[in-house]
Amino acid sequence: MKKRIILCLALLSVMLLSPNYIFGMHIMEGFLPLGWAIFWTIVSLPFVILGIKTISKTFNENPNQKLLFALVTAFVFILSAMKMPSVTGSTSHPTGTGLGAILFGPLPMAVSGLIVLLFQALLLAHGGISTLGANVFSMAVVGPFAAYFTYRMLKRTNKKLAVFLAAALGDLVTYIVTSVQLALAHPDAVSGVMGSLTKFLSIFAVTQIPLAIAEGILSVIVFDLIVNYQKEGGYQLERIN
Amino acid sequence: MKGSTKNILLIIVLIIMITLPLLILKDAEFGGADGQAEEVITEINPDYEPWFSPLIEPASGEIESLLFSLQAAIGAGVIGYFYGFVKGKRTANQ
Repeated sequence: MKKRIILCLALLSVMLLSPNYIFGMHIMEGFLPLGWAIFWTIVSLPFVILGIKTISKTFNENPNQKLLFALVTAFVFILSAMKMPSVTGSTSHPTGTGLGAILFGPLPMAVSGLIVLLFQALLLAHGGISTLGANVFSMAVVGPFAAYFTYRMLKRTNKKLAVFLAAALGDLVTYIVTSVQLALAHPDAVSGVMGSLTKFLSIFAVTQIPLAIAEGILSVIVFDLIVNYQKEGGYQLERIN
Repeated sequence: MKGSTKNILLIIVLIIMITLPLLILKDAEFGGADGQAEEVITEINPDYEPWFSPLIEPASGEIESLLFSLQAAIGAGVIGYFYGFVKGKRTANQ
């Protein structure tokens, strides 16, 4: 167990100390036309509201869930701060929202994702306020839903494999949605929406494949920790599972 | 195989996977995917002007990395708290 912590710390420091990559991958401030910015904000809003309701209901039923929710939100914080190099020669970061979606359902992650996206939009000029709705929709709504349903479908076969695939898929789907959002807002003059979708997918989705695998692996490790210490933490897993 | 051994193996796979691109792609810039997306937008739609710009931008790459590591540090602190809490409880119960 001690070894595991040391390795985790070593891993974290490798990632934190590695050269800094300046760009990230949410839709940049001002890069969605006003109409689309408003559209995605309206689409995302109900999920955030329902998310807040679900969270307060969960906490009322069992206050110990707060500890677990803090953990999964912290996981989103760490993972979306890690810009990792990818096989395409560019960098991107994982989302971390899949793990929380597996444990709490997809709705509460809309809130976790929103907090992280706000932090990055306000302090880091990464993503943006005008594109917040679109970024919440991809990273904090569709990604978690994809992860949640993947997990539910596969959990009876092999739980860890289910966690891995759910987290990896949720991560990948996030960037596919980002590409669709950009393609809809910026259709190619000749080849239309499909043409620009291919272009955006080749940037975001391909870069994201190794990172999605990385997110899957990290989610399995943390999931293992959560299951292992369930008794001490006093949180419930069966109900969510 | 013990659970912890499996996790150590997983972490090793992870480290290899993340460092491999750095070793293989020596000439790559490793710029961000969103920077590339910006280029594509300009290519598709040369007249597009971002209509809103970030309220505050980090003063330099260093400041930006400071804020990114702050973000990760907050997360790591909470995870450390969680782990210490449950681990301490287990030891106390034994």
